[in-house]
Amino acid sequence: MNLIVAILIVLGASFAFIAALGVHRMPDFYMRMHAATKAGAFGALLLLLAAALYFGTLRGAITSIAVIVFFYSTTPVAAQTLAESAYRRGIKMWERSKTDRLKESGEIQPED
Amino acid sequence: MFSEATPFSIQIALILALILLLAAFALALLRIGNADSAFDRVVALDLVGGICLCFLVVFAIGFEQQILLDSAFALAVMSYLGTVAFARYLEKGRMK
Repeated sequence: MNLIVAILIVLGASFAFIAALGVHRMPDFYMRMHAATKAGAFGALLLLLAAALYFGTLRGAITSIAVIVFFYSTTPVAAQTLAESAYRRGIKMWERSKTDRLKESGEIQPED
Repeated sequence: MFSEATPFSIQIALILALILLLAAFALALLRIGNADSAFDRVVALDLVGGICLCFLVVFAIGFEQQILLDSAFALAVMSYLGTVAFARYLEKGRMK
């Protein structure tokens, strides 16, 4: 059990590090947001699972699972809100990106 | 450094995790420093909130304090509300 908890801790911290690396290195706002929200939420999920297994009490498990459910379901909502308002404000995509389905459908018009 | 009852393998994992999380924190702060737009700063700030949550969970395991998991829940709520509020505010206000 100790070994499982240790592996989960290291994996979760590495996913948080990968998320930060993506935020630092990606060329464009939308890619950065993608990297930050997906990998960051998954790293937090692994760390909280490790905490639930380590404590082994009902209170620790309930708190961990509550944080997992809340964090994992609200991070995509926040990211989608942020991306929509960025698109409305006319934040440009990377110049080498190929398609923009939102522009083709014409549902949201960028300001500038 | 951590509490005495923590097994040795978990102590090693916790120290490795602390190093990785500190590096992640530094990279996110660098992105806040040279961002292209205000939206970039909000994304990096959201990530900093997530990394702080990871720090709290690591400390909860290391110091055997389950109460820190409750503060992680409060941090998750505040981070979500802050990001949504910033998104709505930046959509209306002037950028640049």
